[in-house]
Amino acid sequence: MTAETQSLVSKGTFLLPESASTLSSNVDSLFYFLFWGSVVIFVGMLLVGIWFAYKYKRTPQNQEASEQMIHNTALEVSWTVIPLIIVMIIFAWGYKDYLRLTVVPPYAKEIRVTGKKWLWEFEYAKEGVKLLNEIVVPVNTPVRLVMTSEDVIHSFFVPNFRIKRDVLPNRYTRIWFEATEVGDYQVFCTEYCGDGHSNMLATLKVVSESEYTEWLAAGNSNDDLPLDELGKKLYTSKACNTCHSTDGSSMTGPTWKGLYNSNRTMADGSTAKADDNYLRESIVNPAAKIVAGYPPVMPTYAGLLSDREIAGLIEFIKGVK
Amino acid sequence: MSTATGKNFFEAASGWKSWLFTLDHKRIGLMYLAAVCIAFGLGGLFALLLRLELLTPTQLLFSAKQYNQLFTLHGAVMVFLFIIPSIPASLGNFFLPIQLGAKDVAFPRLNLASFHIYIFGALFCLYSIFAGAIDTGWTFYTPYSTQSDTSVISMTLGAFILGFSSILTGVNFIATIHKMRPKGMTWFRLPLFLWAMYATSVIQVLATPVLGITLFLMILEVSLGIGIFDPALGGDPVLFQHFFWFYSHPAVYIMILPAMGIMSELVTTFCRKNIFGYSFVAYSSIAIAIISFLVWGHHLFVSGQSEYATMLFSLLTFLVAIPSAIKVFNWLVTMYKGSISFDTPFLYFLSFMFLFSIGGLTGVFLGTLSIDVHLHDTYFVVAHFHYVMMGGTVMAFLGGLHYWWPKMVGKMYSEFWGRISCLLVFIGFNSVFFVQFIMGSKGMPRRYYNYLDQFQPLHAFSTFGTWILGLGFIIMAVYLLKSLKSGEKAPDNPWGGLTLEWKTTSPPPLENFETVPEITHDPYDYEKAGL
Amino acid sequence: MSNAAPVVEHHVAHHFDTAEQEFETAKLGMWVFLAQEVLFFSAIFVAYIVFRHLHPEMFLEASHHLSWKLGALNTVFLITSSFTMVMGVRSAQVNERSASIKYLIATLILAGAFMVVKYIEYSEKFHHGYLPGKFFFGEGSHETLHLFYGLYFAATGLHGLHVLIGMGLILWLIIRSLRGEFYSDYYTPVEMVGLYWHLVDLIWIFLFPLLYLVG
Repeated sequence: MTAETQSLVSKGTFLLPESASTLSSNVDSLFYFLFWGSVVIFVGMLLVGIWFAYKYKRTPQNQEASEQMIHNTALEVSWTVIPLIIVMIIFAWGYKDYLRLTVVPPYAKEIRVTGKKWLWEFEYAKEGVKLLNEIVVPVNTPVRLVMTSEDVIHSFFVPNFRIKRDVLPNRYTRIWFEATEVGDYQVFCTEYCGDGHSNMLATLKVVSESEYTEWLAAGNSNDDLPLDELGKKLYTSKACNTCHSTDGSSMTGPTWKGLYNSNRTMADGSTAKADDNYLRESIVNPAAKIVAGYPPVMPTYAGLLSDREIAGLIEFIKGVK
Repeated sequence: MSTATGKNFFEAASGWKSWLFTLDHKRIGLMYLAAVCIAFGLGGLFALLLRLELLTPTQLLFSAKQYNQLFTLHGAVMVFLFIIPSIPASLGNFFLPIQLGAKDVAFPRLNLASFHIYIFGALFCLYSIFAGAIDTGWTFYTPYSTQSDTSVISMTLGAFILGFSSILTGVNFIATIHKMRPKGMTWFRLPLFLWAMYATSVIQVLATPVLGITLFLMILEVSLGIGIFDPALGGDPVLFQHFFWFYSHPAVYIMILPAMGIMSELVTTFCRKNIFGYSFVAYSSIAIAIISFLVWGHHLFVSGQSEYATMLFSLLTFLVAIPSAIKVFNWLVTMYKGSISFDTPFLYFLSFMFLFSIGGLTGVFLGTLSIDVHLHDTYFVVAHFHYVMMGGTVMAFLGGLHYWWPKMVGKMYSEFWGRISCLLVFIGFNSVFFVQFIMGSKGMPRRYYNYLDQFQPLHAFSTFGTWILGLGFIIMAVYLLKSLKSGEKAPDNPWGGLTLEWKTTSPPPLENFETVPEITHDPYDYEKAGL
Repeated sequence: MSNAAPVVEHHVAHHFDTAEQEFETAKLGMWVFLAQEVLFFSAIFVAYIVFRHLHPEMFLEASHHLSWKLGALNTVFLITSSFTMVMGVRSAQVNERSASIKYLIATLILAGAFMVVKYIEYSEKFHHGYLPGKFFFGEGSHETLHLFYGLYFAATGLHGLHVLIGMGLILWLIIRSLRGEFYSDYYTPVEMVGLYWHLVDLIWIFLFPLLYLVG
């Protein structure tokens, strides 16, 4: 599985991905405090343990313990009080940062997010834009996401921003961020939600303010790509690949290999030829015809794909033999 | 020391009925031991398979659904069939009465019933594996679990039944420790393993019923659609999470407290030293048991629960870490000026110290609110809980198994192969799980069938580790089973321990002692005992 | 006062030193078990509290479809049965075997009466469609009435199951009593079942007002 987003593994530090939002470096500071603190404590204990193991090994000269020390008030008090103080500091620091991560600034730009098995829909209510598995935001602007699920619990995770929140059915949850670097960032679903959980990805594109305004005005089209290339692009970016293979293997949905113009048998026994109209109907009204042996779980893409995009997908499918 | 009749408990009766319908806690303990080891093997097999699938970023051997079933079954089998009963039902059953100085547990028939219930529950779980294996994750979150077409009801019923086994064992142990101490065995002369079993039993009795009712309500939800967890019917899926974790968090202390008890036994015996800070270690077990009921919300930090609750749970989570940390310090200092022998059981003690410390420290990361937002539901969490459950509990279980093996079966195993196996398990374990911390902090989510190409090297490394780990366990099974047939005969006290079990034969007679020894000193008082 | 049939001697189990230790241990075990039962029911009570808080008016309406009179009758049955149970234990304790058996039978009858009333209530509910979850087709102005009935059936169903188990245990006690197995030095099972029975009663005493007396 490839991503067009920036690498989490090869960019950033050894332990963390690149930090690309206003709060992510705060989170990182605490993370490294914990990390180095843990290293110091762990290595300290390890060295003490190794020293004891070496020095007090059982030998003919050392058959019995030389001293049965069972109490040392000074030691016991310090190793209770000092860790207690340290964890209280960590708690307070973590809580403070957590509040900043969670309390949404009132003036943030709002985008609505809907998670459903297994894709992310983004809707810019004011601007009237609807996107699938892709969200575009301007840099240096607080953005608030108001999220809900249409089915089971999902979770919205952007590692580069260090933000995460569960997405619940019948309720709205909120998350916010202010991106500091232009780039394409990975979004994961991170609450197990079934077969397509690991394919429920999205791309968070941070662009400059001017590019954002241009993009909004242009109506985010892919008009310059030829249809079949457009279709190929959409196959992954709109997550069709979550359920449909191109190599003949059976997944949640039927394979696209050899699909075009083949004869399909439906669950109710009727047959149909997979021509252009059939393919179009399958995309905008998938419940109309369910191929025998497959579950009726495909969501509709009506309103989420433009006519040109649907045409592109059909062209792509024609070429999958 | 040979018994008056010359007979140990194995020789007291024979035939399969004398095992299946026994009232002898020692036989019950051994049957549990066999059962949990088989469960561990099954859960381990699922782990090997799922990690095999993860060798490549996309499909290798299994479909997405099959992968989801594999990780669910790995979790469910390991949690419910292996780790919860592991130490209490096997080593606890065998040694609690003996260390106490009693002839049996308080309710031997109830003990047998616990075992039969365990087998019955296990059969339900096994059935569910073959009848449309569940794919919800071992945590059964709603509404996914109430909508899944897999065998949710039978697995849930299996877990419900297993819960009864756990509860009844807890009732038995509490009554035994309270009421069956011989003269001289005051509370503060109890071996720390018994304090640990006591604290564990309190949690088992109070927490498990909540899981029981949660699973029961979930079954009603799936079959009748009562709607309390399903938002489409007016219910609340986060309520399920609260109910589930109200049990499952204390459950992890059911897993670790017995292990901590074993640690106290191992360090004192193999360093020939009295435990540093006995009262503290004893009280901390109780403190951990109590506080463990107050921190369940740390599994729900990003779930949408209130910020106020989130803050409280984080605070309490840090508090529960302190007694655990101090126990580790106590064990470390117990080694000071001791006479340390590096037999296999002690190697497991050292493994626990190393691995549990990492597990515990990474728990601090997860308890820290802002950090948990990033790490929740990533591989960091998977690594953390494997470090504490496997690096902690399983290492201690293996240490206890090797420590008490000669006493239970009357034979010594091969020390050479014991050390090799421990080394392989240690290396294998770290290879599998250490890189998972890094994967997690880099953003790799958990329960992912497919993953981004960039994570492949780390995933592959982790998978290779499982083969080393598996090899270590296979070797262990071989030499332990071999010792039953051809091991050297075990003396009464091969390690020089002071607790009561070492004052009887290996294996013990049916009534545990020819005559119950008089208890005149603290359990680890090497000075007074003159050893 | 005296018993006609011979008494069956109880032998203290081999792992106990004295009969007293055996009795004390059984009592402790039973109390611990009861603690666990309380926690078992507690989650249903918590679910009740959560949903009542979220839908107070729905609960009000739903509760009105329950007959508080039948509920009150059942409460009387159970409280009385707890009394007869106590008397049954006491009689065993002072060697009054026939009195003990009579009290146990009375307890059994009262428990049976409880179950009969429950049967009447349940049939009436089924008839009018006040069923749990997806089977609900009863009348009512609230959309979420099925939630109340889900909790109602879960709670009273579980409680009823415990009553049935209790009835089985009491029957077992009656049989053993008739055989002369209980006397002043050994009446542990009677006491244990008594403790269990009181808990079953106590749970009902909480369920009754919460389910039947809303508003």
